[in-house]
Amino acid sequence: MKTLVIADHDNGVLKPETSKTINAALKLGFPVNVLVAGESVAPLSEVIASIEGVNSVLIADNSEYAQQLAEKIADLVVSLAADYSHIVTSGTTTGKNFMPRVAALLDVAQISEIIEVVDADTFKRPIYAGNAIATVKSLDSKKVITVRASSFDLQGTQAPAECVTIDAVFSSELSSFVSVEQTESERPELTAAQVVISGGRGMQNGENFSLLHGIADKLGAAIGASRAAVDAGFVPNDMQVGQTGKIVAPNLYIAVGISGAIQHLAGMKDSKVIVAINKDPDAPIFQVADYGLVADLFDVLPELEQAL
Amino acid sequence: MKVLVPIKRVIDYNVKARVKADNSDVDLTNVKMALNPFCEIAIEEAIRLKEAGIATEVIAVTIGAKASQEQLRTALALGADKAIHIETDEKLESLHVAKLLAKIVEQESPELVILGKQSIDSDNNQTGQMLAALTGRGQGTFASKVDVVNGTVNVTREVDGGLQTVALKLPAVVTTDLRLNEPRYASLPNIMKAKRKPLEVIAADSLGVDLTPRIQLVAVHEPAKRSGGIIVDDVAQLVDLLKTQAKVI
Repeated sequence: MKTLVIADHDNGVLKPETSKTINAALKLGFPVNVLVAGESVAPLSEVIASIEGVNSVLIADNSEYAQQLAEKIADLVVSLAADYSHIVTSGTTTGKNFMPRVAALLDVAQISEIIEVVDADTFKRPIYAGNAIATVKSLDSKKVITVRASSFDLQGTQAPAECVTIDAVFSSELSSFVSVEQTESERPELTAAQVVISGGRGMQNGENFSLLHGIADKLGAAIGASRAAVDAGFVPNDMQVGQTGKIVAPNLYIAVGISGAIQHLAGMKDSKVIVAINKDPDAPIFQVADYGLVADLFDVLPELEQAL
Repeated sequence: MKVLVPIKRVIDYNVKARVKADNSDVDLTNVKMALNPFCEIAIEEAIRLKEAGIATEVIAVTIGAKASQEQLRTALALGADKAIHIETDEKLESLHVAKLLAKIVEQESPELVILGKQSIDSDNNQTGQMLAALTGRGQGTFASKVDVVNGTVNVTREVDGGLQTVALKLPAVVTTDLRLNEPRYASLPNIMKAKRKPLEVIAADSLGVDLTPRIQLVAVHEPAKRSGGIIVDDVAQLVDLLKTQAKVI
């Protein structure tokens, strides 16, 4: 039995989710091979080969895989599947996109966003916006799994493992890439940051999010948002933390002007320390906050920036 | 162009799910049920395509117990032309659902299938992708914009780090993200009219799909509770506690 992990990367940069997914995959107890598919991924494969526990790296380097379109990646993964009992990737938008396609083509169920490996067949995963944790056992001979990376640790490094090139190329007429529009940010990535500061509807408008910038800079924090702030157009939607946005588990999460709806809590309640700043003392966010400050955020945020 | 919209009856999104005392599952007795929010967005998008003269017919389909016909009637009241109910009392997995839907796709040959990106109960985010695989179609997941032009559908997708646009050859499968549109409310006259629209009922086991479980639900537990925190007086105390007690800054 062997495990295949599909690496998640973006424009030549390996996402931290990959290392955490390898951490989860090693808990299955079998040798881990990692597939990296993309264009000009040689430097990436070196990084992956040096992640502790990686047995070998399979490199599929071709312009067909440049945008990691689901139709092509799924066919590539299926072509390799015969050698593996477990096929694993991270629950990022890339993994969520191609992995169920892989599962259906292999005629197996997929276990989505596991947070714990109980044994090689049994896993824990959150359901109902994280209000319940299901323990599920896969009855299929082949397991197709996505990992909630925030629940696993980063792996250390090792002497590089061997790299193998895959020559077969899968193209597809079904879909083609048109364009990409990246959100610019100099701050750490939301899902990888040790500190996250998020604003909600209480921020009142997009300009006021600049009140969070100084604090974020001092703490080396990423800036997030609630769905209310995104829907109101204050900030772009890839900043959304929650059931349908990003799931984060930083050391420190500061929620500013966020009431704490179930859907938002689903994305951040595994943070180590939660701070809530809200002028409504009855806001549900205070029920999960380790430290709560009942105050007007417009008074408190400049003060907080000063105090850091 | 015919559009098929698979929908799901789920717990109302405002209701906090409770775990049963015997840890066998979530307790859904006497809980308010509703149309999955992402499915509402899928219906809305299909109706808008019809209003724009692109779609000619919108068919809503659901799989589940008799009660899920309520959600089909909602879809009809919102503007769907016809509904199909695949009836079963079994709790099905995404793969089963995708296989049953593939049969309906075969029967109805819609050029576009629009689904929600995930249901808020199982949080799987699988069915649309699986259906695309089983029917050999291209997929546009997590759509925030859908543009049909000459045999192609351009889908702007919400991905980590920004937006990606892909062009799919029709027929195709699209799954909706939250910001695709703002779903409308059904008006009372339309709710009345929906009662007379066609609703076809098909028994799930008549479709020749193997519905043997692939995943066994071993147990369901409450998530670990966070211990109650404290309310601080001011910023100075907050910063002090974060430094000395929590040691996170």
